[in-house]
Amino acid sequence: MSNQNQLVSKVDWITVSLYALFVLAGWMNIYSAVYNPETHLWIFDAKFYDSNAGKQLIWIGTSLLLIICIFAIDFRFFEAFAPIIYASFIGLLILVPFLGVTINGSHSWFKFGSITIQPAEFAKTATALLLAKYINEPQVNLSKWKNQWIAATIIGLPMILIIASNETGSALVFASFLIMLYREGLPGEYPGLFVGTVTIFVSALLLSPWTILATLIVITGIIIALSPIYIQRLKQTYIKAALFIVGIMFMVFLVDLAVNKVLKEHQRNRIKVLIDPSFDPRGLGYQVTQSKIAIGSGGFWGKGYLQGTQTKFDFVPEQSTDFIFCTIGEEHGFFGVMVVILLFVAFLWRLMYLADQQRSRFARAYGYGVVGILFFHFLVNIGMTIGLMPIMGIPLPFFSYGGSSLWSFTILLFIFLKLDSHRSDMLSR
Amino acid sequence: MFEGRRQILLLFFIIIGLVFIGKLFFLQVIDDSYEKAADNNAIRKIIQIPFRGEVYDRHNKLIVYNTPVYDLYITPRKAHVRDTLQFCQLFGITRAYFDSTCKQAKAYSRVKPFLFLKHLSKEDFARVQDAMVDFPGFTFTTTAFRTYQSKAFSNALGYVAEINSNSLQTQKDDYYRQGDYVGVSGIESFYEEDLRGQRGVKYRMVNSNGVEKGDFKEGRLDIQPIAGKNLYTGVDIGLQEYADSLMQHKVGSVVAIEPASGEILTMVSAPSYDPSLLAGRNFSKYYQDLALDPMKPLLNRPPSAYYRPGSTFKLIQALVGLQLGIITPSSVFTHAGAPVKCHSHNTSHNDLHNAIQWSCNPYFYHAFRKILYEDTQGNTYERSAQGLQRWSELVANFGFGRKLGVDLGNEKKGILPNVEYYNKVYKGENTWKFSNIYSLSIGEGELVVNPLKMANVAAIIANRGWYVPPHLVKAIGDNKVVDPFYKTPVSVGIDAKHFGVVIEGMKDAVLHGTVGGDGKIPDIVMCGKTGTSQNAKGEDHSVFIAFAPKDNPKIAIAVFVENAGFGGFAAAPIASLIIEKYLKGKVDRKAVEEKFMNKSYLPNVLSVTGLRPSKTKKDTLK
Repeated sequence: MSNQNQLVSKVDWITVSLYALFVLAGWMNIYSAVYNPETHLWIFDAKFYDSNAGKQLIWIGTSLLLIICIFAIDFRFFEAFAPIIYASFIGLLILVPFLGVTINGSHSWFKFGSITIQPAEFAKTATALLLAKYINEPQVNLSKWKNQWIAATIIGLPMILIIASNETGSALVFASFLIMLYREGLPGEYPGLFVGTVTIFVSALLLSPWTILATLIVITGIIIALSPIYIQRLKQTYIKAALFIVGIMFMVFLVDLAVNKVLKEHQRNRIKVLIDPSFDPRGLGYQVTQSKIAIGSGGFWGKGYLQGTQTKFDFVPEQSTDFIFCTIGEEHGFFGVMVVILLFVAFLWRLMYLADQQRSRFARAYGYGVVGILFFHFLVNIGMTIGLMPIMGIPLPFFSYGGSSLWSFTILLFIFLKLDSHRSDMLSR
Repeated sequence: MFEGRRQILLLFFIIIGLVFIGKLFFLQVIDDSYEKAADNNAIRKIIQIPFRGEVYDRHNKLIVYNTPVYDLYITPRKAHVRDTLQFCQLFGITRAYFDSTCKQAKAYSRVKPFLFLKHLSKEDFARVQDAMVDFPGFTFTTTAFRTYQSKAFSNALGYVAEINSNSLQTQKDDYYRQGDYVGVSGIESFYEEDLRGQRGVKYRMVNSNGVEKGDFKEGRLDIQPIAGKNLYTGVDIGLQEYADSLMQHKVGSVVAIEPASGEILTMVSAPSYDPSLLAGRNFSKYYQDLALDPMKPLLNRPPSAYYRPGSTFKLIQALVGLQLGIITPSSVFTHAGAPVKCHSHNTSHNDLHNAIQWSCNPYFYHAFRKILYEDTQGNTYERSAQGLQRWSELVANFGFGRKLGVDLGNEKKGILPNVEYYNKVYKGENTWKFSNIYSLSIGEGELVVNPLKMANVAAIIANRGWYVPPHLVKAIGDNKVVDPFYKTPVSVGIDAKHFGVVIEGMKDAVLHGTVGGDGKIPDIVMCGKTGTSQNAKGEDHSVFIAFAPKDNPKIAIAVFVENAGFGGFAAAPIASLIIEKYLKGKVDRKAVEEKFMNKSYLPNVLSVTGLRPSKTKKDTLK
């Protein structure tokens, strides 16, 4: 009993409250997204559980069970069994092409009766655990090539398997481990290079080559002008600047080439739609356009709970899963989405704060893994609903409808909270 | 190690958060186009067009009404035709039409209704209605065609057609949409806002497939359609048809007015057209023919054609002279000294009565000269200006040079030359005098009128000095609303005592004067005045204005027959027949009736305009 009390006092209730708030708000919005005044059902109606809102209620209930299980397991289990957990999910990912079923064009689901599970969702947690365990090894130094390669292999293996099952969006989430690695000492050039590459890629798509060239010349010009005089006098400076510009322009050219020649039709279209939603307003652009209409029509205060017309009448596809943010935007307006964004950033901040409190490097690294995964989902999901990111079917953590998604995020988060509640028991290395 | 990196990451997260908030602020708060897009998206506006008002004649006979027609729509997802052959036979369509239309419908949408067959008649609808239970997924919607009880009233009634793009763009209150029907001319156009009623709007919520999901806001925003108002005209449709039949093979106009009320009894424009041609699905086909027809069957001549009044204007000349005190009934003018000839009459005692009876040109030449010069000062130029000023002020009271305000959109003002007019024509003040403008004395020269104005002159004389603005519609809607403008008598500023001699002259013009035997009605005292309107097109137009009976007049009329020569030849007999028909309900002079119904003045018209009637045009001419 005293153990129980200790546990209660050691759990970070701020994080738990935010989690509960997100899940509840998410459920209310799913309820609204599928709400139909003509065929309105109450929670006690058995048929209610055929609807997304009803099912989500089941997922929430089962998530509570999962939380209890996680807290019942010994905290040392996660570190000790990380390789086995990782290996089992790699195994599942290998088996999926043979035993899985296809849902929404993605051949990445296992079906048990009426329940479908997407192993890719859980592979993130497994990878985070193994990566954290590896970083925890005393001899590991992420500025060394060898260690970087091993870390990259741990991340890359599930990623490749997920891409093979046509879930590029979920695979890209693994890029978020850069945040964990960065915090644990990966030289800043790597995330810098990553962000730089993405920036070049996006600018190459959005801007004409001449605009990019002009911008580069202006920027290098300003940098040189602001540099000390002796640098300005060196011939080398100008050669470097020229090489820099030529190099970037070459990359821009490569991106153009890649988009137009290498990418498959549907991938290219997804990117084109990002640049110009009117490119295919009834097809791919439809989702973005309808999503923006739904959010944009919300105004400052929103249309009110259950009053949204866009999300309710199926104008926004996937409204309760990937596009749940539209419902929030339409019914709760700018005020509502601002609260969600601010709370989410606060949530990430709290998790980072907790991670830095850990004595064990495993727990801290894992914590940053959680932060990275959640942030990536936050970035891409909200970004795509407002037309700032290409559409990659990935959910908004805790808000979106879906058993696999809610379970996996719950497991991901509560393993960390479990570790956090035992931080005084951990050995500091 | 690396503790500071948390701050860098946090900064990165915050920047992303702010970028999102900024973008959302733009989407949700600044840019309102998304709100409009959302309304168009989810809420479908269903327009309900009410029935257009009907039109009745003065005896409450229905002359224009609506015939419902039925459009058949198919909803592919629900549609199921077990026996295609039976279906095709039922609707009288070919298998090929059935297949191709079904294909089009599916290509359009599986869930939205698609127009399958247009304009089924009421009879067809009744025939297929019971069989439709075997064919789910087919629905009917009702629209209506304008239907005309008579073919004789088309020009004044006007027609209804799809609104053209020009009117669509220039409309003031933004009521019409592409494809809406609107009154284009005649009273259909003038009373458009009464006739059209109030369009209803139903807001239905639809999902992204266009499938309806119920009323928007429980229908609180819906507007019920209000049926158009009926128009009750003063037209006697029987008389209209009779007048129309007399005007066949002729170009011209007939306008008859009830003097006491200003109600137009008849308004004929010849040649005319069959109004049913312009109501229905073949509008564009027939409209082309009618619009290009050189005989201009679409022109409503009574309010808009240009004519000189000719000798009928002498009546006004006489009244103006009497009112100004410049002539009296006993004033005598000889034929001598006038550049205009008198055609033939006894000049032993050429007083005003005689001059009207015989339409004496020299008399009115001298009278007009006296009107200009008597009691005026200065040289002949200055005196002409002063005289014309007082003359034109009085003539204007008869409606010359201005609109009478008839309830038709195309009424023309005509021309009443006054001092400014001639100053402009002769480029300066005191540059013209009587000798330049004496043609006015006998209704020629620069005077321009239309038949409606001259019928109103007949009504003014019948009323001895006043008129009610002529109008076709006497009451609007079930409440019989009347525009006070059409109830208020207007005085022309001529004392009633001056009318006696004019009316007596008109009576004798009919009995023993310019009107020939065909224009006399044995048992009705008609007062009339012939006119011969000179025109640049060739043979003179035949003009006649009259009212009857002499005491307590019931009808005032103006008849213009183009290129038919002297007024007594064609216009007077036609006017007499119409008056007889109206006052007696029948015409006893069958020989005269037959003569003028069959008489054609078209060869004159065609020879002056250089036209040959073509085969295709023939059936539009009556």
